[in-house]
Amino acid sequence: MSDSVRKAVGVETIGMTMRFGAFTALDAVSVKVPAGSFHALLGENGAGKSTLVKCMMGFYHPTSGDMLVDGREVKITSPRDASALGLGMVYQHFTLVPSLTGAENLVISREKVPGIIDWRKERGDLAVFMERMPFKLPLDVKVAELAAGEKQKLEIIKQLYLGRSFLVLDEPTSVLTPGEAQEVLGLVRDMTKAGDLTVLMISHKFHEVMAFADDVSVLRKGKLTGTGRVADLDHKAMAAMMIGDQPIVTLDSRATPKPDAEIVLKVKSLKAPDRTGMKSISIEDLGVRSGEIVGIAGISGNGQKEFLEVLAGQRPRDAGEVLVRGAAYAATRAEARALNVRLIPEEPLKNACAPKMTVAENISFRTFDMDGNGRRVNWISTGAIRAFSARLVEQFKVKTASLSSPIASLSGGNVQRAVLARELTGEVDLLIVSNPCFGLDFSAVAEIRARIMKARNAGTAVLLMSEDLDELLELSDRIFVMSDGALVYETPIGRASVQTIGEHMAGHH
Amino acid sequence: MDATEIGLWGVPLAILGGAIRVSTPFIFVSLGEAITERSGRINLGLEGTLVFGAMTAYAIAVMTGSPWLGLVAAAGAGLCFGLFHGWICKFPKVNDIAIGIALMLFGSGLAFFFGKPFIKPKAPNLPAIPFGGWSDVPQVQAALDVNVLFLIGAVLSVVLWWAFRNTRAGLIVRVVGDSSDAARAMGLNPNTVRLLATGVGGALAGIGGAYLSLYYPGSWTERISSGQGLMAVALVIFARWNPLGCFAAALLFGGAGALGPALQSVGVTQGYYLFYAAPYILTLIIMIATSSPTRSLAGAPGELSITK
Repeated sequence: MSDSVRKAVGVETIGMTMRFGAFTALDAVSVKVPAGSFHALLGENGAGKSTLVKCMMGFYHPTSGDMLVDGREVKITSPRDASALGLGMVYQHFTLVPSLTGAENLVISREKVPGIIDWRKERGDLAVFMERMPFKLPLDVKVAELAAGEKQKLEIIKQLYLGRSFLVLDEPTSVLTPGEAQEVLGLVRDMTKAGDLTVLMISHKFHEVMAFADDVSVLRKGKLTGTGRVADLDHKAMAAMMIGDQPIVTLDSRATPKPDAEIVLKVKSLKAPDRTGMKSISIEDLGVRSGEIVGIAGISGNGQKEFLEVLAGQRPRDAGEVLVRGAAYAATRAEARALNVRLIPEEPLKNACAPKMTVAENISFRTFDMDGNGRRVNWISTGAIRAFSARLVEQFKVKTASLSSPIASLSGGNVQRAVLARELTGEVDLLIVSNPCFGLDFSAVAEIRARIMKARNAGTAVLLMSEDLDELLELSDRIFVMSDGALVYETPIGRASVQTIGEHMAGHH
Repeated sequence: MDATEIGLWGVPLAILGGAIRVSTPFIFVSLGEAITERSGRINLGLEGTLVFGAMTAYAIAVMTGSPWLGLVAAAGAGLCFGLFHGWICKFPKVNDIAIGIALMLFGSGLAFFFGKPFIKPKAPNLPAIPFGGWSDVPQVQAALDVNVLFLIGAVLSVVLWWAFRNTRAGLIVRVVGDSSDAARAMGLNPNTVRLLATGVGGALAGIGGAYLSLYYPGSWTERISSGQGLMAVALVIFARWNPLGCFAAALLFGGAGALGPALQSVGVTQGYYLFYAAPYILTLIIMIATSSPTRSLAGAPGELSITK
């Protein structure tokens, strides 16, 4: 309960193993997190990080293995058992209820809530509780109206309010600006230093682990591949534990941009409603030249999605022009074909595929109704579709059981490869990409970034929207920051600083 | 004084009276639907529940002589229908809208089957309170003859509005309706909460049905409901899932429904049939006016299948 602050507890897993049928997701993993320490859990997607913490929190019942809390063996069969022991988890995706206020969220998540809630008393108690907290937050605002960083803080506060003193943080900074990430992790580390809290943080960002964690454990393919004090390890050693010896595709070196190259995409005083209908996005002036990558940074929910939808023809615009090579562009199939515009939206399985149709069909969406010379055909040749997609699957190394498997059965990286194959084949003058590497593993990320860079060097104009600042810094020639529906800052890559970009993302200018 | 003397004043007066009289089933059905939808489910079957509630109330009132027992029985029957809907919908891949449509037809059909013997006998009515006693104008008296259920409905909408923010149950329903994941993380079972919310919603719809057969129009026929149960669903969306909004919207719909009879009563002989369609036209206009292809509905529960 809120009125008795518990001291931090230490947690240890011994030989934790989890099998799903024949597949071993977790193979005898032993991790020790002493009380009051900040422990990082590194690993790629699918390495077993979430499986491990889900076993610890009682969501999964491990096939074998034991849990110790403060040195005593415990049985955790449900999340309720875990919370009774003071173990709590902050998820990557928020578990706050958006339409409730912060105070309502806190009170209703308590174990015992009175039938009729005396808000005057509760508000008083909350004020007293918040005094002791390192974060300051407005609790009378609906959670939906909070910024991502504030939501993340509220998630952590909720766990502390519930009396948890061991927290699992699942990629806590994936939705935060660099500044917010520093602040939240710094405050959490201060609490561990004071001995009030033990933290196990799932992450794949080395710089965060280096800056904040005391110890690190690394998982690969369900096995513990390394553990130790962060101070004794460097970036390279951790990367080796994490990805093993698989080869990583390296980026082509950047061809020198031509400052007088043709402007392929031009957006002029564009206005469109955002998804709430309350605000609008407005892009004053944006030009993307042939052979350059223009990155758009921003925290999600600042209008990037709507901007992409306008460019993709999914959202009507109120005013303004979108020109491709000087011709008005309204994203019809005919225009996209004539002007060689290609699009890779975020979450490609949802936004760029028909999930239940086959890999072959999905790959040939752009070309299935044309013959070799680009003329429309009335009879569709399945043979040609198969031959075409077999060639692309081969060329882009899409791993699929067969060409006729539904595309939804592929892993995230392979769906992205298939979509990339479709979009990057043939003449591409303009490529619009959004969060292309979200949720993919190291090798897939490296390969996809290399493909985008290759397209740029071949003269494609690329507009890249991403929430991952590292990705933008790696790929872009120029970076814009989008905040509150407008492009608020522009910098060439040579002068880009994470600090300044972060401040503009947070709207501090 | 007689009807001709108050002349055209009779129209707004009749609309007011009609709004109070016609709106009561809308109030109960829409409050019930608001509870169900706030928990993240849609029950389109309330039309069938309404008709079955009307039949049950009438039958029990005829057999026992007490309209109140009829009312309780209608609520009980509605509860059963609601729980049945909630129980089926807990199975994976079951669509709540399809089940709702099935239950709508099932409820009406079952009501006609059991209701045949009760078309003739006369049941005692639910009492009304004459608030128009101060006036000697008969139209005023008629308009202000307010049934107790209308008053209960008004109080209920305020209570629900309060309860959604100030009680544990209210907050739990909102949590479940907005995010199943958050609810599960809290240790709540969304299916149980939705089962109960659908049950309560069904009971309220049953009460709405009892009003139809036991007060206005006040007899059991197979054409007793003219789609009130379905329109109430539209009304909940229009009211943005707010109980007070449901009450206001129900009055508006009731007033629109009274337009046709009111015009007829002052001697408009042509075209008044068109005004009988006023509630339906209003439904269409409201649905069109409040929807937009480019933005999501404000205040919509996040788990609702139509807004997902």
